[in-house]
Amino acid sequence: MTDVQAATGPAAAAVRQPLLETRRLSVEFGGLKALDDLDLEIYEGEIVSVIGPNGAGKTTLFNAITATVESSDGDIVFEGRSLLGLDPNRVTSSGIARTFQNVRLFANMSVLENVMVSQHCRTKQHAFGALLYTRAFRREEAEIRQRAEKILEFFGTRLVGYRMDQPAFTLSYANRRRLEIARAMATQPKLILLDEPVAGMNPVESAELTGLIGRLRDEWGFAIVVIEHDMGVVREVSDRVVVLDHGVKIAEGDYADVANDPQVIEAYLGKGAGDP
Amino acid sequence: MIGKALRRKAPRTGVDWFLTVMRVAALTVVAVGLLAFIAQEIDTNNPFARWANPDATGLTRAQFQGLIVSGVAQGAMYGLIALGYSMVYGVLGFINFAHGEVFMVGAMTGMITSTKLADAGMWESNFIGSLVLIVFVSVIVCALTAVIMERVAYRPLRGSPRLIPLITSIGVSFFLQNVSLVLLGPAAKAYPDVPDWVKSKHTFLEIEGAKILVIVVAAASMVCLWYVVERTKSGKAMRAVAEDAEIAALMGINVNRTIVKVFALGGAMAGMAGILWGILFRSVVHTTGFLPGIKAFSAAVVGGIGHLGGAMTGGLSIGVAESVGPLLILEPLGVSGVSQLRDAVAFAVLIGVLLLRPNGLFGERLPSEDRT
Amino acid sequence: MTATLPPTSSPQLEAPLAAPRPALAHDWRRIARMGSIAAFAQVFIALSNMPVALDGRTMVKPVLSLGYLVLLILPFAAGYRQGHQTKLEGVTQHAAGPNEVVGGLACGMIAGGGLSLLAVLLANFDLRDPLVNWSPILLDTLTFGNAPWFAVVIWLAIGAGAGASGGVLRLLGPRSRRATVTMVLAVIGAAVLESLMVDLADGLRLEALTDRLYAKRGGVTWPGALVLAAVSGGLAVVGRGRFRTARARLANLEGAKRSRANAGLILAAAAVLIVLPLFAGKLTNELLANVGLFVLLALGLNVVVGLAGILDLGYVAFFAVGSYSAAVLTAATSPKISPEMPWLVALIVVVVITGLVGLFIGAPVIRMRGDYLAIVTLGFGEIIRLLFQSDWLSGWFGGAQGITLIPGANIFGLTEVSGTDPRRVFYLVLAFCALAIYVSWRLERSRLGRAWMAVREDETVAEAMGINTVNVKLLAFVVGAILGSFSGAIFAAKVGSVFPSSFLILVSIVILVVVIFGGMGNIVGVIAGSAVLIGVLGGPKQPGLLAEFSEFKLLIYGALLVWMMLARPEGLIPSVRRTRELHQVEMAQDAWLRGQVDGEDGGGGDPQPTVQP
Ligand SMILES: Nc1ncnc2c1ncn2[C@@H]1O[C@H](COP(=O)(O)OP(=O)(O)OP(=O)(O)O)[C@@H](O)[C@H]1O
Ligand SMILES: [Mg+2]
Repeated sequence: MTDVQAATGPAAAAVRQPLLETRRLSVEFGGLKALDDLDLEIYEGEIVSVIGPNGAGKTTLFNAITATVESSDGDIVFEGRSLLGLDPNRVTSSGIARTFQNVRLFANMSVLENVMVSQHCRTKQHAFGALLYTRAFRREEAEIRQRAEKILEFFGTRLVGYRMDQPAFTLSYANRRRLEIARAMATQPKLILLDEPVAGMNPVESAELTGLIGRLRDEWGFAIVVIEHDMGVVREVSDRVVVLDHGVKIAEGDYADVANDPQVIEAYLGKGAGDP
Repeated sequence: MIGKALRRKAPRTGVDWFLTVMRVAALTVVAVGLLAFIAQEIDTNNPFARWANPDATGLTRAQFQGLIVSGVAQGAMYGLIALGYSMVYGVLGFINFAHGEVFMVGAMTGMITSTKLADAGMWESNFIGSLVLIVFVSVIVCALTAVIMERVAYRPLRGSPRLIPLITSIGVSFFLQNVSLVLLGPAAKAYPDVPDWVKSKHTFLEIEGAKILVIVVAAASMVCLWYVVERTKSGKAMRAVAEDAEIAALMGINVNRTIVKVFALGGAMAGMAGILWGILFRSVVHTTGFLPGIKAFSAAVVGGIGHLGGAMTGGLSIGVAESVGPLLILEPLGVSGVSQLRDAVAFAVLIGVLLLRPNGLFGERLPSEDRT
Repeated sequence: MTATLPPTSSPQLEAPLAAPRPALAHDWRRIARMGSIAAFAQVFIALSNMPVALDGRTMVKPVLSLGYLVLLILPFAAGYRQGHQTKLEGVTQHAAGPNEVVGGLACGMIAGGGLSLLAVLLANFDLRDPLVNWSPILLDTLTFGNAPWFAVVIWLAIGAGAGASGGVLRLLGPRSRRATVTMVLAVIGAAVLESLMVDLADGLRLEALTDRLYAKRGGVTWPGALVLAAVSGGLAVVGRGRFRTARARLANLEGAKRSRANAGLILAAAAVLIVLPLFAGKLTNELLANVGLFVLLALGLNVVVGLAGILDLGYVAFFAVGSYSAAVLTAATSPKISPEMPWLVALIVVVVITGLVGLFIGAPVIRMRGDYLAIVTLGFGEIIRLLFQSDWLSGWFGGAQGITLIPGANIFGLTEVSGTDPRRVFYLVLAFCALAIYVSWRLERSRLGRAWMAVREDETVAEAMGINTVNVKLLAFVVGAILGSFSGAIFAAKVGSVFPSSFLILVSIVILVVVIFGGMGNIVGVIAGSAVLIGVLGGPKQPGLLAEFSEFKLLIYGALLVWMMLARPEGLIPSVRRTRELHQVEMAQDAWLRGQVDGEDGGGGDPQPTVQP
């Protein structure tokens, strides 16, 4: 599972073909352009942060990539193939997984089941296997379970033990966010899209999760796009930062550049911040 | 640059292909049927018409007109009932399956009061007065029925998973239907005889008085409802609650009372439709509400649920389609006994519209939590 | 790896009980309201003709007929209910005392007063015109053949008595209350099951027992009732605790032991079901076969509604298609084509046909919102019946005349299963039920079952997690369709004829009621639900044990559906998961109160009770 080239970073990536590329991507809601001609490239093994003020279109970008909303113009290319017109489940099975800003677990399924069901697109056994209780079926069930447990163990002791069999709604907020990430990992993606993964966590938890995001890339080889408002986390994890405002990319680069970009400051603080 | 054309979702899965085939097939059947109809209207011995249906006879102008008019009259009633479905769906986001039974209650109330009036001799001596009276009684009874229904069965379920109130309303529908059965008996019950001017055809377009009456009254009720919803304070509250109940509550609108008003209004419209049904068909049974109820719901969906104008348009379309459709499309295709398939045609219209335009003709207006 | 949690009990919020309330300290308006509602319902029941129609069925020999029993229930329930105290933190709970009895008495009296009033009205006015049951017979029933004033007095008294006994029930300790309830239920149950018991006793040579218990013309004899009450009450006092511990022990068993215990239970149940019909007569077997058919239908619908969460109101369509295609394939009299296949061969074709019809109906509806889907499937159900009925296709399906003279089901040339021998029908149904149970049980615990669960929970997220929701739901639809077609094919062979009128939408609704009553998503619940409802009240056309209810059963089904949704949406025997879905908020709160919730919320430290490695 671990990709050997994972840790090579953006320097090497520049010469390679991007893993995901949006070309002049636009999304409109009625008259509102939530994304406007956005060009974005994500390379393998990279962690990219997407930041921007509220309503900038960050979540919409994720929604467009995962086909949850329809884009009005432009193209999305993943591993050289266009994702346009695919159903969300096909996007996921082609290797892009996501989490949701407003945590959306399968609340009444157990923690383990949440992770098991997310392996759906990577497993094959169908109704007949289950009915005849074939050996292949049993083997696959065991594998699904093992893989789920392995993924849950990635989060330390928080999601294993008795908690594994508890319904997801009994989890604390932070654990729900962790479980969402576990679920995304279970789809065995190449690229994970994390929508505000530390929102609502306390500083200790948030620091811990920041470490986990790094390990996700290093140990599991995922490329990661993070939407995040917490600048500490952004500085910590990102190889590259992309700033959106009103659906337009206003800056891109490493953290230091972006943080000092006057346009970015303006977008966050408003034009002529400080005026009465 | 990827063109707009590619972006429109092309069939991808087997299901999509199948649906495309079905759409095409449905449209083909309709088109061929229509063509055959036109062919046989031009000349009954037209080879194309003969090929489709060897016994084609065609329709005379008067027949055709008659069909359209009865379709419109019936559609007007569907429209009135549909308003109730549409308003409740718009506000609470669930299908009040029992609304058709409220309509039945209206027709039954009308039957009871009108027989009593006829016994007292008032029905013949002052028909219009009696009519106003039975409408009044029936509207009140139906509004009450709807309000009690909301209070007892639906209010405790606010905020539960969305299929729960639907299942409950199926139970309510069943219950009301059988209440009528056990209290009033299984036999079909007749409205008293109506004056000649209602029964006979009029010089104006050769339409029966009853149908004119139905169309006029339905239009008037529609206008009243439109006025209430668009121009009064309560109407404003209803629209606000439909838009977002939580925010409406924060704005100081009494959500519960507004919902009660919505049910009362919808019930009143159903009561009105019940009387019109009684005048037009002059017979009611406990099952009277079931099919018109479902068709009216279809009408609401066809028009785009949550839209008042849409409900009326949908009602008229379903009414006309089921009246004309069998003879216009199925008969020319050689289907025998088409009048038995009226109801099937009405459902087919619903399915067809949902296949071609899932949000109805005018698009939906849903409560905010259902939009995502 | 899995640590067992302590068995969940409701949070212990109750403070010690306060002293009983004084006898007359009531919220009299509340009592008046409850009493009036009950009175109104009593009048409705009387006018629905239930008391008259059910009077013919004796429950306890000289004293009580079903008709009067029905009139006792509401005052009693109102009397019991009025003593209910809200259990909420900060609300003082009082011990039960004379207050409850007085309140119950008042409540019941008002409820009985409804009938008094009705009797007076019946005697003095004639409303027979709209109300068909406004008749001297009803008056006679209410007055017990006496003058109207007698009815006034007696119903006030009866109501007061019933209401007061409801109140008294609150006075009893939990143990004696349980015993009382068991006693009453045992007697009523014995009366309801009369024909079944007599029939079985015949087969088992136990007539001596039933002859004592039941009177000649029906009804439990009154000494019999006393003995039965004593025995059952005693058993309840002695046995209840044991039963409970046994169940708890079963629930706490782990892994292999648990599955062995389950297997034992299933084997025992199967043995009873296989042996029982041998001793039962024709009528009982007929009943069993009917119930079995509905169990089969309910199991099929359960896959669609309970597992995948698709509310299919047109389920009868598959029953119809199964019946009709079996009829066409096996009957020599089928109008157009009659291959006269043996039933088992035909069954394979039937499965293929119904599967295709399932796909055909499923494909257009499967992407629709849940509630639209419900109505559209209902429309499809109706279209299919109309097509079978139409003159247009009468060349194929016989129109309104249907197809008759369908041969029985020939099983490998061993036996011929047809309606003349309901016992064989029952065995056939049993076999298919076993198949249906196996299918739902296996599928639920597979990759597909988990996907259904996810789709039921949140379709958008399921889609985003890589589940092809359309295919998965369609598959549920088709599996349901095929299971429905089995009962259709058996139905055709059993009845020997098929008519469009057997496939009204009503059937769909009844199956839905049965599934919901039993507990959606839970196989045991679904079976119990159909057995109880169809067995006691009967199916859309099939009589149940209380055949007298036939006019009223749909009324009762409707009311039951509403009541279940309001009071216990998870059903009689709920599946754990459904209960969670429906009571998520309460359960989360309970868990929090018990301190079980994982406590990382709201920042600060890490106080959660994690198991350290
Ligand atoms: N389904 C939708 N329909 C209509 N408008 C939408 C929809 N989804 C998002 N929008 C609008 O698009 C804009 C961008 O929203 P988006 O959720 O992408 O912002 P965001 O950058 O994720 O903000 P936040 O930091 O608050 O999460 C907003 O103005 C929002 O109101
Ligand atoms: Mg966002």
